Amino acid sequence: MRELSLNILDIAENSLKAKATVVTIDVTVDEDFVTITIDDNGCGMSAEFLAKVTDPFTTTRTTRKVGMGIPLIKMAAEQCGGSFEITSQVDVGTTLKASFGRHSIDRPPLGSVGESIMTLLPDIGETRLIFSYQAFGQTFVLDSDEIKQQLDGIPLDEPEILLFIKQMIDENITTINGGNVI
Amino acid sequence: MKSIADIKAIRDKMQAQIVVRDKEQSNEIRIVVGMATCGISAGARPVFNTLMDEVSTRQLRNVKVSRSGCLGMCRLEPIVEVFVPGQDKVTYCHVDADKAKVIIANHIVNGNICTEYLIGAEE
Repeated sequence: MRELSLNILDIAENSLKAKATVVTIDVTVDEDFVTITIDDNGCGMSAEFLAKVTDPFTTTRTTRKVGMGIPLIKMAAEQCGGSFEITSQVDVGTTLKASFGRHSIDRPPLGSVGESIMTLLPDIGETRLIFSYQAFGQTFVLDSDEIKQQLDGIPLDEPEILLFIKQMIDENITTINGGNVI
Repeated sequence: MKSIADIKAIRDKMQAQIVVRDKEQSNEIRIVVGMATCGISAGARPVFNTLMDEVSTRQLRNVKVSRSGCLGMCRLEPIVEVFVPGQDKVTYCHVDADKAKVIIANHIVNGNICTEYLIGAEE
């Protein structure tokens, strides 16, 4: 994955597939780390499945026997001096947290989080998706329920709306970053 | 800077167009982008975004762009499937942003399948 935001898209898809009603995606930038936390209240995983979930040869998929999503984000985090943890409980939900050494040369850039969120939104259905970005003492929050309320019946998956949301997210992140690439 | 309050303005502008779209629902063209880990790492997200962009700028009211999981042909990703009502499904492989634009212009707008991007054309 060339951008951390692509990992976000990939992992958040798992939360939607787990039939979560609330999915929160948080990106926090501090002095030393860029930390991505994805939390859901979906179906969760058994202790047995959780223990082998970072193994590429573990997958829920039936078309083939390889599942690379979680191993890839874990590898990316560990390659740049970060850490990875995942906790889960059946019927309660799953929390995945990956930290990336902010100044490591091996850390992929964050990339366009707006594009990733925009790509997720058409499929959220009734799920509430909350995205937050915290860096340099500022916070930006996007809540899909709040947007739906504003839309008042107009579908969220209208291209014009999605493109607007993408721009809004990326603009806010760029402003918080003071124009620097994270 | 854009904020959530601006969504209201877009909503008001769109209200009229939605009525038109509702009537066209029956002949809706669906474009589906494979977006499992394999698709994403091969570049499916920019393809999805380009399709969205084109559909929006060209005001293609009867076209819906969506995502799907892994189709089991990871080496051919990014894969884009086009469903036109009353016609066979068309599957494009190794799609990038430029090819996505051509697919919209030639296939979706003008009805000519881009045979050079078809699955099988490369093999």
